[in-house]
Amino acid sequence: MLNTISLKSVLVSGAVALSIAGQAYAFEPARSGECIAPANPGGGWDFTCRSVGKVLVDEGYFKGNVQTVNMTGAGGGVAFAHTISKRDKDENLIVAASTATTTRLAQGQFPGMNADQVKWVGTLGADYGIIAVGKDSKYTSLTQVIDALKKDPGAVKFAGGSASGGWDHLKVLMTAQKANVENLPKVRYLAFSGGSEALVQVVGGHVDAFTGDISEVKGFMDSGDLRVLAVLSEERLPAPFDSIPTAMEQGIDSVAPNWRGFYVPGNASKDSYDWWVKTMNELYTTKEWKDIMTKNGLMPFHKSGAEFTQFVKNQTLDIKILSQDIGLIK
Amino acid sequence: MDTMSLLMQGFAVALTPESIMFAVVGAILGTLIGALPGLGPANGVAILIPLAFSLGLSPTSSLILLTSVYAGAMYGGRISSILLNIPGDEPAMMTCLDGYPMALKGKAAEALAISAIASFIGSFIATIGLVILAPILAKFALRFGPSEYFALFALAFATLGGITGKNQFKTLMAAAIGLMIATVGIDISTGVQRFTFNTLELFEGVDFIIAIVGLFAISELLFFLERHAGDGLKQVAINKLQLSAKDIIKVLPASVRGAVLGFVAGVLPGAGASLGSFISYTLEKRVSDKGEFGKGDPRGVAAPEAGNNGAASGALVPMLTLGVPGSGTTAVLLAMLISLNISPGPMLFQQNADLVWGVIAAMFVGNLVLLLLNIPMVGIFVKLLSIPPKYLMPIVTLIASVGIYSVSHSALDLYFMVGFGVAGYIFRKVDIPLVPIILGMLLGPEMEKSLRHALVLSDGDWSVLFNSGLSIGLWMVAILGLVLPIVVGPIVRAKMKRSKESVKDA
Repeated sequence: MLNTISLKSVLVSGAVALSIAGQAYAFEPARSGECIAPANPGGGWDFTCRSVGKVLVDEGYFKGNVQTVNMTGAGGGVAFAHTISKRDKDENLIVAASTATTTRLAQGQFPGMNADQVKWVGTLGADYGIIAVGKDSKYTSLTQVIDALKKDPGAVKFAGGSASGGWDHLKVLMTAQKANVENLPKVRYLAFSGGSEALVQVVGGHVDAFTGDISEVKGFMDSGDLRVLAVLSEERLPAPFDSIPTAMEQGIDSVAPNWRGFYVPGNASKDSYDWWVKTMNELYTTKEWKDIMTKNGLMPFHKSGAEFTQFVKNQTLDIKILSQDIGLIK
Repeated sequence: MDTMSLLMQGFAVALTPESIMFAVVGAILGTLIGALPGLGPANGVAILIPLAFSLGLSPTSSLILLTSVYAGAMYGGRISSILLNIPGDEPAMMTCLDGYPMALKGKAAEALAISAIASFIGSFIATIGLVILAPILAKFALRFGPSEYFALFALAFATLGGITGKNQFKTLMAAAIGLMIATVGIDISTGVQRFTFNTLELFEGVDFIIAIVGLFAISELLFFLERHAGDGLKQVAINKLQLSAKDIIKVLPASVRGAVLGFVAGVLPGAGASLGSFISYTLEKRVSDKGEFGKGDPRGVAAPEAGNNGAASGALVPMLTLGVPGSGTTAVLLAMLISLNISPGPMLFQQNADLVWGVIAAMFVGNLVLLLLNIPMVGIFVKLLSIPPKYLMPIVTLIASVGIYSVSHSALDLYFMVGFGVAGYIFRKVDIPLVPIILGMLLGPEMEKSLRHALVLSDGDWSVLFNSGLSIGLWMVAILGLVLPIVVGPIVRAKMKRSKESVKDA
């Protein structure tokens, strides 16, 4: 008897507490959240989930924990399919995404899926693209590389860590396109399974140029083995990268941030979406997150809510058109 | 010295309480796994990889854990060789030759102690070799362009059968099966889908780890079911240890020779630990005065044990510096590194210096732990040999499945694991070796990529494959590796058979 009463009172007080909370906020997250990292432990998406999950708990947004779940497959396609088919209304779920996600969506590599099927929350930083050569290379500026490509699109061979048609490949093509290089499909790109493999080949003098992200090259920049010709950002990056000229300074209007961000299920309520957008905005300004960014070489890049959704739409469209232009997709 | 300071930094990583804990846990688990007949080092590491993932260990901790398991399994393999005359894995086979006769003579404890000391010397010397050779090779590795890599992969495939391999044709078949599996997925050089049947889960190909766990661990479970071996292995009596310093000094030269030979054999891609222990034993037999080899000579225990442990560390050299595994177990370790998004190769020594040197230092620590564990605690390990497999195998399977599922959260991966298990069972029944399948899966795509890159760089000119002294040298070694086993193989195998028979006679 005693047990029943206490149970009842717990239930009642719980319900009261909930209804009070419900009045104060339109959406209250559950005790624990979940972040899907659509790749193995150790990669970029895994890092995004684990570090954001930690800050969400440290800053008190979740009372329990934010569990990182690795869901490998199809470059994020398995997680995307899982989200839209099985978790379409889950309001406590976020999924890590990056430029790789929009690239694959744009090129139809998630069959039957598109960017409108989920809600895009926001980005929490970016890794900017760079183009670099070995220390003994004859090229000392991006302009020289572009001039060589204009004479013969196959003259400079690029190595990068993504598959053919992937982000590292697209960065070269986007830059070449902005500089009016013709016959883009003739530009040679060697796909390696990871930026570091590609770097070794460039530093070893086997391939002419490297296309990748700024976070990948610090080691070889410091040792003097690699010359970074241009960073694909709007402005120069903060120190120690402030000596690298942007492509724009060299007259080529090419900007390529590899953003790190999240989407939530497409049928999550508007209130929960708004809560996530607000939370990501707040999180981005915390000292803990700033420290994580500095430590991991992430550069400032923050878009959220409607602005981010529009950004994803534009990026997907741009990549689609470019991929069609160069014959990667029909 | 640069290497010395890096190594010291490595010890700073390896001597943190966390690292020591993983080294100790790995050493104990490894010894257990190695001691159980049938579960060799490759299996041990394969089973524990998913566990390391699901525990969310950092790359450094995972690697320390798994290299300790590897080293431990090499130690453990000798226990069942000596006490039961059943080698835990192939490299431990040579230890049976003199170890078991020693045990029959009532000197089991001495044999175990000597083999533990020899194992320690083998690993210790070979780890020093690794410290010296790896950074040199890592610097040299910058000279490897696509055409050199292609020649190197050809070399790895050519020497796959090794000298002790059973049937060249079946080895070839196994490698071909591995290559076929590896073609599934999106081809990164062109972006074209191959054999994916529009199934999302197949876009990135078949995960090595799933194949490894299925082929090795699940097939072992099926073998167990077939045998219905409900009861444990027979308990073996162990005498009290009576080992004098003189006995140890007597086996020292044999251990050192074995260690050096084993290390060299381990460094060669494809040759691996079996060859290391084999040549150490035969050389020892030749250089030693009279002796009673095959009848329980302590040096016949020390040499192959030092040899196979030396080879185990030696095999890490090409794996870490070039990304080309020298043995089955290093292939499994390589698969794990790739899954952790760490690319082995010269960059590893530049970008992940902490990790590499931490792991190397942890190998020194782990070996010391193993030596300390193995002499006083050998009785406990022996007892564990008598755990009924009916308790053991389900635990192994459980760990494997939970680990696999936690990485992908995909039931399809579990079906694949079981599928590979059944396939592994069939392959083992018809004597198709499993290691070449894994190597084929791992090396095939890399080899294809290297070929394509070489041809893109040369604008389609095939002569690029032979355009440097380095690549021509590699091609020559590859041809030697292919031809030698056909010529020398039968002689070596006949010798091995004879020495084995002489044990049975004894």
